[in-house]
Amino acid sequence: MIDWSHFTPESALTGGLMIGLACALLWLLNGRIAGISGITAGTFTSSGSERQWRLAFVLGLLLSSWLWLMLAPLPVAEVTGNYGLLAAAGLLVGIGARLGSGCTSGHGVCGLARLSMRSLVATLTFMGVAVATVFIVRHLL
Amino acid sequence: MQKHWILSLSAFICGLLFGLGLLMAGMANPAKVLGFLDVTGLWDPSLALVMLGAIAVAFIAFRLSKKMPQSLLNTKFSWPEATAITRPLLVGSALFGLGWGLVGLCPGPALVLAGTGSVEGLIFIVFMLIGIRLVDYFQAKQSS
Repeated sequence: MIDWSHFTPESALTGGLMIGLACALLWLLNGRIAGISGITAGTFTSSGSERQWRLAFVLGLLLSSWLWLMLAPLPVAEVTGNYGLLAAAGLLVGIGARLGSGCTSGHGVCGLARLSMRSLVATLTFMGVAVATVFIVRHLL
Repeated sequence: MQKHWILSLSAFICGLLFGLGLLMAGMANPAKVLGFLDVTGLWDPSLALVMLGAIAVAFIAFRLSKKMPQSLLNTKFSWPEATAITRPLLVGSALFGLGWGLVGLCPGPALVLAGTGSVEGLIFIVFMLIGIRLVDYFQAKQSS
């Protein structure tokens, strides 16, 4: 059943277009895939100019809420789970994204936009497991 | 030397825009992401529209670039080369999905959230970085 009270089609589509534009610009200007986990990992493994643009991209993400705050109050962010669960989830996401060569942005947005079969398989896998996880946590436990 | 700074400036602006897009879309709010993943409960389809909008724009960019000899800032297009469906791809994606489903955070939104000074976001990011480094460490050890 669709949760009409929380469904926000206009802002979701607008935000999606902005994310797509960010991916498009990083590709057309820098020739790089906007995969957040890969870029973050690269801030450790690369050096020189290769490291510099990655740090700049991550800095942009970190500071985006500050730019937002200059124009409007920040939207609410509800985080459920204690610190232990957050740590475990963070660890799983880090290991998984690195082992799987990408995350929601690299595989889910850029990979699908490139019509990559490998990214489609990755996206269906993490979406499927995430849906199953939420089902178990919310409806079975 | 100058070119590096222009590439970094461009990457910085892309990072900002990416983050603003996540905030606009409501994706920096884990509760909203979980609302999408909860398909059997009260389902919020918003994330599907986020993906649709993002993929549509990125699709055009990848199409356009096929006719370009190099990027607009004169770098080589780094097309991902791997195409094989491997065990690490599947296992990694499954672990990623498990972590994502547990709290509703993935790397982009987590970085945006951490940028607001959220303790939850910071804890998630610290352990995500540990996870990334662990994989790199073991993969380097394995190949040496």
